[in-house]
Amino acid sequence: MKALRHLTMAAFFCFLLAGAMYMHGVGTPERTQMDDYFIKSSQEETGANNVVTGILFDYRGFDTLGEASVLFAAASGVILLFRRKRNEQ
Amino acid sequence: MNSEMSAIVKTVSAFMTVPMMIFGLYVILHGHLTPGGGFPGGAVMATAVAMLIAAFGLSQSDARKKDAFSLFESIGLLAFIAMAFVGLQSTFFANVLAGHGWIFGSSVSYGPNPGYLETGGVIPIMNFAVGIEVFAALSAVMLAIMLHRREKHD
Amino acid sequence: MIDAQMLAVVALVTLGLSAVVFRKNMIKIVMGISVIGSGVNLFLVSMGYREGSTAPIFTASRNAWMSLPTPQALTLTSIVISLAVTALMLSFAVLFYEKYGSIDTTKRRLKQ
Repeated sequence: MKALRHLTMAAFFCFLLAGAMYMHGVGTPERTQMDDYFIKSSQEETGANNVVTGILFDYRGFDTLGEASVLFAAASGVILLFRRKRNEQ
Repeated sequence: MNSEMSAIVKTVSAFMTVPMMIFGLYVILHGHLTPGGGFPGGAVMATAVAMLIAAFGLSQSDARKKDAFSLFESIGLLAFIAMAFVGLQSTFFANVLAGHGWIFGSSVSYGPNPGYLETGGVIPIMNFAVGIEVFAALSAVMLAIMLHRREKHD
Repeated sequence: MIDAQMLAVVALVTLGLSAVVFRKNMIKIVMGISVIGSGVNLFLVSMGYREGSTAPIFTASRNAWMSLPTPQALTLTSIVISLAVTALMLSFAVLFYEKYGSIDTTKRRLKQ
């Protein structure tokens, strides 16, 4: 029974290796029009030298809003889980 | 049995708290010039709080500190959303201060340059809001778990 | 044949998944999920690399041939979200230990 689980994990590893072999190479991305526009016009439109920060807070600000909300909800959830029970009369 | 840390640990951690917080503020403030920004800067500041908890332990009044950190976390997220609403005259997240503003408003031309701090528009203000939120969230989570475990041990 | 980054991603994902499937301790399962998250972040960042490029930052850079900045922004979001999920899972493990007396997932109802 445990041999079946180990065999399935080995098959999954071979499947991932086969997928990695047929993947496009790492050094040459194919469609870079959007990122070329970001690099070219990030300093005039957002005024930031850091293109990644300009993307995170100006071009794609909604994703950062969702990320900050997820962090807030998780921290509130952890504080909520560890409240003290108050003895009620 | 005395389970406190020795005097060397307490002295060095008390001494190193201020440089760690200043480095975290530096990473947050220069988020539009060098790698970093709000999220790693807030994590660096929360590491200073973790070092203080590990060196000095918890005292009786730390439940109020946890409530203060939770309040600052809410203030940080609300400030971030407020800065997003400021640019609502054109779109929701528009950068109204870049290029023609009165604070953080100098314009930048294309090409490599040594970084100038007064550029960036709304981005440094958003970096501050997110940095305060991340710092307060991580510190409140650490304090909540430690207070609960100390209560169960008594 | 295979790039070094892709080999590292395959190794990380397989090791993390083995830790989730084959271990009984709850903390080790949470560690396996964190390792899977690290493998996925490495994959996401290495998709935006150009040959001989530098970091996409204009402060004192040497030229304008830069790697793609969009996957790096997505990876920042992914790291923060996996941090939040790991914090919640670990707090669940602490509460489970206090209610049942053990963090072994094969034993049930040790301490009533």
